[in-house]
Amino acid sequence: MATRVGANRIVRGGQFHHPFGKPDLLPDEEYVWRCKFVHRILDALGTPVQQPTVFDVELEVLV
Amino acid sequence: MTQSLRVVHFINAFYGGMGGEEAAQTPVQIQDGVAGPGRLLAQRLGDQAEIVATIICGDGYFSAYEDEVADWVMTRLQALRPDVFIAGPAFRSGRYGLSCGRLCLEAERAGIPAVTGMHVENPGSDLYRGEHLYIVATEASAVGMSQAIERIAALALKRGRSEAIGTAAAEGFLPRAVRRTVPSGRPAAERAVEMALRKWRQEPYTSEITIETFEVIPPPSPLPDLSTTLCAIVTESGLVRTGNPDRLPSAGATHWAAYSIAGMHRLVPGEWDAVHGGFDNTAALQDPNRVVPLDALRDLERQGKIGRLLDELFVTVGNMGSLNAMKRIGAEIAAVLQQRGVGAVIVPAT
Repeated sequence: MATRVGANRIVRGGQFHHPFGKPDLLPDEEYVWRCKFVHRILDALGTPVQQPTVFDVELEVLV
Repeated sequence: MTQSLRVVHFINAFYGGMGGEEAAQTPVQIQDGVAGPGRLLAQRLGDQAEIVATIICGDGYFSAYEDEVADWVMTRLQALRPDVFIAGPAFRSGRYGLSCGRLCLEAERAGIPAVTGMHVENPGSDLYRGEHLYIVATEASAVGMSQAIERIAALALKRGRSEAIGTAAAEGFLPRAVRRTVPSGRPAAERAVEMALRKWRQEPYTSEITIETFEVIPPPSPLPDLSTTLCAIVTESGLVRTGNPDRLPSAGATHWAAYSIAGMHRLVPGEWDAVHGGFDNTAALQDPNRVVPLDALRDLERQGKIGRLLDELFVTVGNMGSLNAMKRIGAEIAAVLQQRGVGAVIVPAT
């Protein structure tokens, strides 16, 4: 949606009803999770882009 | 000899010589004759038109009392019955562009031809072009005053005399979202084949009609170091203070609100409501930081990774909002952010 409308720097976050939240985590863990996305925002603001660009967050896969 | 046209000119308090930001609260007022850039405009109009009155209003005052000011101005215009209403030019000044656009729109609706001028990137330009206003394209700053006045005067005389207006490119105004059919003298099949051949040969060509979808906004240059940047949070998630004091609707919003986050390290559940009707607000109510991540952003502030967070959070509801309303809301908020010196914006979106 965001790319179609033309937003240029987009960080892909959590679900649409809590883009910066992950309610299935404990509050402390959720805060750490949220900080990763917020840091990605800094990356996005500092990256040159030519068109709508999505920035994803690398999350460790829990085995 | 053609009769001299009567013109009323609108300018803001800064161009009226009343001062800088402190004059932004100047209430709307009217005076006989010209003021500020009206002098140059009067020169350009020569004996073909006379500026009978100038209306002046501070940008901040207009922004706070837009409807009342618009009514006040229309009452004066109806009494003066000018042949043309001219506003600005506003260049890149966002609030000024919005006030020029609004007043020109009201004038047109009352049957008074209107002309204004602003830079294409002025938040007012997109919004009011869509209303088919005549907005002369200007430079970004008053460096371009002379050229702006030249084009505004020429266009105003044509409009005042109901003369035929040429294309946007010829007359120097921003395209008005109006399509006019003109005979070209050559069959469309011929023109299409020629255009295709030119494109194939990588020669320059000009589309006859450009399809306007969502406007392409050139990305601003990156800010690799935000440590001195003032950052603002603008959200369409409908996160409001408990009780929804500004009555943001759950859908089809046409206004926005600003809430202080000064001194807050995080958003506290119970102090905020979530009124966006397009998603289940439970998670947001349990912890508003899941939608507006103030806690994590304050962390960045403490670490010096961002300079400072603006002390106000800007909110609207992005559920089934009309594109025009959202453009206007965005333009209004952008104008405030520009004035406050904000360098980067974080937009939590749902």
